[in-house]
Amino acid sequence: MEVTEAVAIDHGLKKEEFSKICELLKRTPNLTELAIFSAMWNEHCSYKSSRKHLKKMHTKGKQVIQGPGENAGVIDIGDDDAIVFKIESHNHPSFIEPYQGAATGVGGIMRDVFTMGARPIANLNSIHFGSPQHKKTRNLLRGVVKGIGGYGNCIGVPTIAGQTTFDESYNGNILVNAMTLGLVNKNKIFYSKAAGLDKPVIYVGSKTGRDGIHGASMASATFDDKIEEKKPTVQVGDPFTEKLLLEACLELMADNSIIAIQDMGAAGLTSSSIEMASKGNLGIELNLSEVPCREEKMTPYEIMLSESQERMLIVLEKGKEEHAKKIFDKWNLDFAVIGKTTDTKKIELIFDNKKVAEIPINLLAENAPIYDRPWKKTKLPQKLKFDKDEFKSLKLSDCLKKILSNSNISDKKWIWDQYDHTVMGDTIQKPGGDAGVVRVHGTNKAVAASVDSSALYCFSHPLTGGKQIVSESYRNLISVGAKPIAITNCLNFGNPEKEKNMGEFVECVEGITEASKYLDFPVVSGNVSFYNETKDKGIKPTPTIGGVGLISDYQKMLTMDFKTEGNLVYVIGKTDGHLDQSIFARELLNEKKGPPPTVNLFNEKNIGETVLDLSRKNLIVSCHDVSLGGILTALSKMCIKGKKGIKINSLKGLTNKYEYFFGEDQARYIVEIPKASLNKVNDILNKYSVHFDELGTVNGQSIVYKDDINLPIEELADAHKYWLKKYMDS
Amino acid sequence: MRSSVIIFPGSNCDRDMDVALKKFGFKNQMVWHNDQSIPKSDLIVLPGGFSYGDYLRCGSIASKSKIIKSVIDFANSGGLVLGICNGFQILTETGLLNGILQQNKFLNFICSNVYVKVKDKQNKYFKDLKKDVLELHIAHNEGNYFCSDDELKSLEDNNQIAVTYCGIDGTENETTNPNGAIKNIAGIFNKNKNVLGMMPHPERMIDKYLSGEDGSLFFKNILDNFK
Repeated sequence: MEVTEAVAIDHGLKKEEFSKICELLKRTPNLTELAIFSAMWNEHCSYKSSRKHLKKMHTKGKQVIQGPGENAGVIDIGDDDAIVFKIESHNHPSFIEPYQGAATGVGGIMRDVFTMGARPIANLNSIHFGSPQHKKTRNLLRGVVKGIGGYGNCIGVPTIAGQTTFDESYNGNILVNAMTLGLVNKNKIFYSKAAGLDKPVIYVGSKTGRDGIHGASMASATFDDKIEEKKPTVQVGDPFTEKLLLEACLELMADNSIIAIQDMGAAGLTSSSIEMASKGNLGIELNLSEVPCREEKMTPYEIMLSESQERMLIVLEKGKEEHAKKIFDKWNLDFAVIGKTTDTKKIELIFDNKKVAEIPINLLAENAPIYDRPWKKTKLPQKLKFDKDEFKSLKLSDCLKKILSNSNISDKKWIWDQYDHTVMGDTIQKPGGDAGVVRVHGTNKAVAASVDSSALYCFSHPLTGGKQIVSESYRNLISVGAKPIAITNCLNFGNPEKEKNMGEFVECVEGITEASKYLDFPVVSGNVSFYNETKDKGIKPTPTIGGVGLISDYQKMLTMDFKTEGNLVYVIGKTDGHLDQSIFARELLNEKKGPPPTVNLFNEKNIGETVLDLSRKNLIVSCHDVSLGGILTALSKMCIKGKKGIKINSLKGLTNKYEYFFGEDQARYIVEIPKASLNKVNDILNKYSVHFDELGTVNGQSIVYKDDINLPIEELADAHKYWLKKYMDS
Repeated sequence: MRSSVIIFPGSNCDRDMDVALKKFGFKNQMVWHNDQSIPKSDLIVLPGGFSYGDYLRCGSIASKSKIIKSVIDFANSGGLVLGICNGFQILTETGLLNGILQQNKFLNFICSNVYVKVKDKQNKYFKDLKKDVLELHIAHNEGNYFCSDDELKSLEDNNQIAVTYCGIDGTENETTNPNGAIKNIAGIFNKNKNVLGMMPHPERMIDKYLSGEDGSLFFKNILDNFK
């Protein structure tokens, strides 16, 4: 086929990009070369719209061993232990084929982690669906959950936490973000930078098939009516092979045979080989006839673009080939020497003894286009003036039940019961808490992780929203007694070629950066997913934050369930009663305008450190951060989980009980304090000068507040626990 | 007491089992599926997981693996063989245990704590166990035990039903049956009661920070009965 501008456009390249390629090469590329350019220059691989802004992120910290730019980020957790982690999107494929899309999302992120020498120890996911009323939602949810479970359960890595939301803006573009944490000895981390000349390049894992061709380009385009036709671009997962690959790679990594290793993810062999060579400032020569293929007569074009799963590329020390092959034979995996490193600084492809492509590597990596796209600032919306007389017709207890059964608040047990969350025998906090917690095997340490996003806040005011999600992640980790260490982010946005969407991206990133700097909560890895748009309708901006923290003595971990009758309950942090953008405003007043709650980073940090101090000194026995749905929602969850009630005090100087109980002000925690610790707790709260309210006492089997609320826990539990199950069964 | 845990490609509870056995004092060793023979053992464990991907019927490929002949010989000579989850599925596929494990009734994978009632204590696993109801943990997609009427009668007549799903107070009914298993069966013995297969994972319940501690009782009891 002759390569023309039209062919280039078919490959997702822009007209100007094609001319630039011809100019750089000083000739027209052949079809295989064009495919390589299109794979490397698409948004998904090149970060061409986002790179300029991502550079500003806060990525350094005392405990950061590896920041963004590798397969995953790495943090130091002491005693030579390090945690490798990253979150990644698999949005487009999951909408087209939910089971395989979600499954391979999980497979891909786990490979990113074990590529670095780490054994995966926990999975998390953040999944977002269209309105529950939308005809596709139920099946997409079912498929995605089955896909995530099908892959993670088979590999034997526990899924310890997650987040699920529903919003009509995802009707045509669901989001599936998967995160993995792995444990590695910090002196045995593997990187993707090739080094040394004439070193063998090894292909291991599954055979290459025709699945997933153009996957990365598909992820860099918006959807239209013909979306079903894209099914062949979705990869098919084989968790069993991945399990074997995991064990084989870790076995080979136990000695010093590997120079560099890179998994074949988006854009498969193309991206992995070019990245290794580019980082090592080397050339690479691949003989494509040696690539193990699943199907007959595959062309170089197809081999280079295939996104078949469960494959790795390794640059090996010379002479270690036999040793390595033995390990992969034992695990019944394909092993082939397919090339070598060279000093040409080019990628050269040989097929049937003929050279079929030759491109200088720097044209593909450093010379990839970078765009400074125009963007529009979002103004902070006017704060609403609620007519408080209107509230009076609403009974507090009815409001509470309605909020607890809201699709975004209700219990997600139906989902996480389908994920193996206890395999590996170290899960000490299961899904459903503020964060999942796993012990670092054989030590007293435990690692906490949580995933958070707030699309409504980010949509209303991206800058505030960006700060809020980082703060929320910080709070969730502190709520389980963990010191927050670092984050990974998955930036899900609409079309960057639209000023509004681009503006949302830029300002969310700014917010994330500001908060992570202030809270000393650096970003160590991440991924950008643009073009989440169908027929011109984009998603609400949904950056997802995956936070990781450390509990140095796992016996001090906190959970949210109320423990003992008679204990006192405080709200730490000040409640002003911010109702704009709250669930209360949305569900009960049908009001969607107004700004999100203000984020005061000084308070986040100071109050966070206060709570952490209390937990380290064993002065509090349960803890839960106050977020969506406000104080009363948070209290209800603590009651339901602990199967205990609370008698709420008559609160003095309360301006408005609706604002107080349902306001979504930030930087607040609810804690349970044994009477014996009370004086010490008060001293510490005074020392940090934090505001707190004496909210009530753990008591009986109901939530009671004056004459306004008297709700048995069982009734609350019914409202909270069954929405999703009923929805899925209906 | 010496134990051996067999690792099949795709096993994923092998390490957990190793940790649990060693914690309670077993001298455990790991055995690769391609090995010809099993080192001298008092107990052989087939762990949970997805052996060979379970791409055919669960456990069926593992039941034809090289090591299985040694497992069968060991069982036939009276040795203790314990199969948990995928291990139970493998034992039914080898014919050492009757019946099959079908997909869960509601077609979903289930990961959850369950209570099981110990139905028979005249065996080396449960003899003198202090409790009648244990809190254990399940994590499976194919745990719905089924067998023919004749087989069921024979299981009942010979007291081969080992554990059944129940409520915290021991009641067995449809609401306490998580996966649709016939007669709430969670685990069974062979005729001689030296081979035990069960879906629940005792190895995930071995200290108070995990989902529960009743798994500890199970392992300690096997050791106590061996002495």
